[in-house]
Amino acid sequence: MTAVTLFGLCGAALVGLGLYGLIVLPGALRRIIAFNLLGSGVFLLFGVIARRGGGAIAGTGSDPVPQALIITGLVVAFAATALAVALLRRLLQETGRDDWDEAGEADR
Amino acid sequence: MSAALIVDLGLALSILGLGVWTVAARSHNGAVVGYIAYGLLVALVWVRLAAVDVALTEAAIGSGLTGLLLLGVATRLPRSARQPSPTAGRWTRLLAGVLSATVAGGLAAVVLLLPDPAPTLAPSVAANLPATGLGNPVTGVLIAFRAIDTLLESVVLVFAIIGVWSLAPKDGWGERPGWLRPAPLGSALTLLAQLLPPIGILVGIHLFWTGANAPGGAFQGGAVLAAMWVLAMIAGLTRPPAVSRRRLRLVLVIGPALFLAVGVAGIWLAGDFLAYPVAYAKPLILVIEAALTLSIAAALGLLLAGPPEAPSAAERQP
Repeated sequence: MTAVTLFGLCGAALVGLGLYGLIVLPGALRRIIAFNLLGSGVFLLFGVIARRGGGAIAGTGSDPVPQALIITGLVVAFAATALAVALLRRLLQETGRDDWDEAGEADR
Repeated sequence: MSAALIVDLGLALSILGLGVWTVAARSHNGAVVGYIAYGLLVALVWVRLAAVDVALTEAAIGSGLTGLLLLGVATRLPRSARQPSPTAGRWTRLLAGVLSATVAGGLAAVVLLLPDPAPTLAPSVAANLPATGLGNPVTGVLIAFRAIDTLLESVVLVFAIIGVWSLAPKDGWGERPGWLRPAPLGSALTLLAQLLPPIGILVGIHLFWTGANAPGGAFQGGAVLAAMWVLAMIAGLTRPPAVSRRRLRLVLVIGPALFLAVGVAGIWLAGDFLAYPVAYAKPLILVIEAALTLSIAAALGLLLAGPPEAPSAAERQP
């Protein structure tokens, strides 16, 4: 198994891990982190595909087109995370809680 | 098994371990710190995948700025929320586990069955790169071949600012952003915020300038500049600007606006939207990148500074 395949499998596992956390974790902060984990796994898969497409010409070890898409994706993911954190902090300010379930549900 | 593969295996296992930790950690702070460490290790993976431009972005934005953002909210969660008890029932967790394992398994199968030889756009990028006058193919893709992505992304940052600012409390509009509360002056942080920014600002400008020919560019440089600004704000050496200031808003939109203006001018000068006249491609790209760096630095810093708050509300916050 090559290193590229190894990181590809790692990316696939991270997507699954992030998805699991997004569904089961209580509290908005932990879901935001899990969402970032999921995104990071997708970026790794992109990076693996870029690496496999590289080396076709001298000087590039990795296909620059997916690389540029990953950079764009990282910045957009940060912007989305900032907006999500702003919503969470406003929710904390208004209600003092970090979740939007009904009060009865949270006590399960 | 070669030495390099052993290192890669260790990296992959560390990343997976940290990923599990961010999901399973009992405390929110622990999960956030785990995520920051995770981001730094992923930056190393990008170097191993020969994507140094991505590694710089991941370390600066994916780990550094995101980490600061998450830490800022983790320390403000109410005590009752700090120790989460799993609210999802056993069946929910089982179903989620099956679903996640299926998705991960499917993706793993895709990774193992990728076509060989791999499809690639690298040769066409290399063939067309000389026309842009750039030496770094990633910058070439970002600013010329896929310029529409980069233009829209810089607009997304402005939209994110509008979204965050619109969450201002009732009496907060037009005031200064209230998330970054300065530490008392005279601490070690003050010294760091005095020593580091001169170097950091140079590094940021260097990353932008060298991005034309080597790994780096507007996003990496902008992120480092934003980090220096935020450091000065956290240390209390400078205050976040009031959001109603016209000059601040001008800095925020100058990058996307200039990019759009050059793109529209391209319809007449070069025959297509976002096309550059070949004779002026390099200077135009440098001007756009300089304006983008400035706007990105301002936008990233302001996203970390949060929505405007009335001064008294900032004091009342827990």
